[in-house]
Amino acid sequence: MEILKAVLVLGGLGAVFGVLLTWVAKVFAVPKNPVRDAVREALPGANCGGCGYPGCDGCAEAIASGRAAVTACPVGGSDVARKIGEIMGVAVNETERKVATVICQGGTDRCRVKFKYLGIQDCNAAAIIQDGNKACQYACLGLGNCERVCSFDAIRVNPHTRLVEVDPKKCQSCGRCIDECPRKVLELRPESQLVNMLCRNPEMGKNVSQKCSAGCIGCERCAKACKFDAITIVNHLPVIDHDKCRSCMVCAEVCPSGAMKAIFEDRLIAEIDQDKCVGCTLCKRTCQFGAIEGELKQKHLVNDACTGCGACAEKCPKKCITMKPREKARDPRVAVKVEAQTAKPAAQTDPA
Amino acid sequence: MNTFLVILIGQILINNYVMCQFYGICPFLGVSKKVDTALGMGMAVTFVITLASFITWLVQNFILVPLELEYLQTIAFILVIAVLVQVVENALKKLSPSLYQALGVYLPLITTNCVVLAVAQKNVTEGAIMDGQTLGLLASTFCGFCAAIGFTLALVLLAGIRERMEQSNMPKWMEGFPGALIMAGLMAIAFMGFGGLLQGLHLVG
Repeated sequence: MEILKAVLVLGGLGAVFGVLLTWVAKVFAVPKNPVRDAVREALPGANCGGCGYPGCDGCAEAIASGRAAVTACPVGGSDVARKIGEIMGVAVNETERKVATVICQGGTDRCRVKFKYLGIQDCNAAAIIQDGNKACQYACLGLGNCERVCSFDAIRVNPHTRLVEVDPKKCQSCGRCIDECPRKVLELRPESQLVNMLCRNPEMGKNVSQKCSAGCIGCERCAKACKFDAITIVNHLPVIDHDKCRSCMVCAEVCPSGAMKAIFEDRLIAEIDQDKCVGCTLCKRTCQFGAIEGELKQKHLVNDACTGCGACAEKCPKKCITMKPREKARDPRVAVKVEAQTAKPAAQTDPA
Repeated sequence: MNTFLVILIGQILINNYVMCQFYGICPFLGVSKKVDTALGMGMAVTFVITLASFITWLVQNFILVPLELEYLQTIAFILVIAVLVQVVENALKKLSPSLYQALGVYLPLITTNCVVLAVAQKNVTEGAIMDGQTLGLLASTFCGFCAAIGFTLALVLLAGIRERMEQSNMPKWMEGFPGALIMAGLMAIAFMGFGGLLQGLHLVG
């Protein structure tokens, strides 16, 4: 009997409140925004906050009301941007996909370790003590704060070198690791970029080489070697202008420490279609590396000095040059020879 | 009249629910980043607590006590609070979308905000300390309203302090929550000073 009373009372209360709620929901009904809902549907829904809005709902709201661009979601990249562009009726320029890149190669195997750090396994804590236990104060501390904040499982600390590694396929460029890193070792860089400068230490060459075998010593050979003026020296460090860089990878070939790093496996080589070539010599004159041989009105051939910059393919009036993956790596000795032959006039190098 | 003065000062300063009884710490830290949001949250909570005090008093005295179902108090009160929060959420969505956005997840969390349930329950049970009598409907509602004002006061004060802390040069390990927690502790100590007001109130009485 007692229990029946309790059930009835609570049930009755619930029923009354239910009716009340229905009435309130009717009175305060908010007109639905179909555009916002469609945008929300197109977003990835990870609620990572990379866009700067509170979750995907906030981002969808901002896009639908026009406060944010259709490319606001850094995680979705160009795919999502295109979908949202269709919903909003806005044309989308292809956005270059960016990935977090570790600007340091100084693992424990290459960068000197000052002392054994036994404190809290946290980069912020380690950075306070004696400027970190790495000799280089710009080095990755490798205690994995970025790994812990990454919602996409894209970051791993290499157990052997204690260096952070990013999986470019999994990285969604939300930028959380970049905010987290006390050393500012991570940076968003275009994924398609095959050449990257991976050192942030602006100190004198001797000081750098005493600390780390992978550090930039400021020799400026990369800037002198670059045929496209894509490298400028800022604060003793080379800075690559990614719009000018054509991934010829010559800078990485001449770099003595390997701080300028290129993915040589992805290097291309030009191939001339012998049936179409009319021997105009335009490609030969365009090539800055002496990689194209052949006389006027004769078929031209590409030799091993080709760096895969693709300048010839753009210039060829018959469109008979295609860029293909290399079968074997370019011989660096050829590179040195070519560098000597086609050295730029001194006036062109940046005095800074 | 005197009862109301005692309730006013007692609930806001002497027995402040946040600073002296440590209820509602979650929104106290969560929504105290900006004074504007803190004020909005305080108003939402004030609305919920005042109405909840009113309705729970009715539920207690006209339903639970006559039917001898006082043991269902917690469930019944939570039911009332949940409905009220839902009403507030719907209303805010319609009337002030910007405040609704700013409060975010903390708005539905008022349901589980312990300060709301604590005020409702203490009003109908411990409220009896007033001269050995249970508080009347009006006094009970006023009591809840004052408790909510006390909550708002604590929230806005901390938000003001935190806004200034954002501007100042704090050590890295003090930024954000650690600093806020230390400030909250100092504020709680400061509020202990209001305990002396009790004697003054007795003199007035």
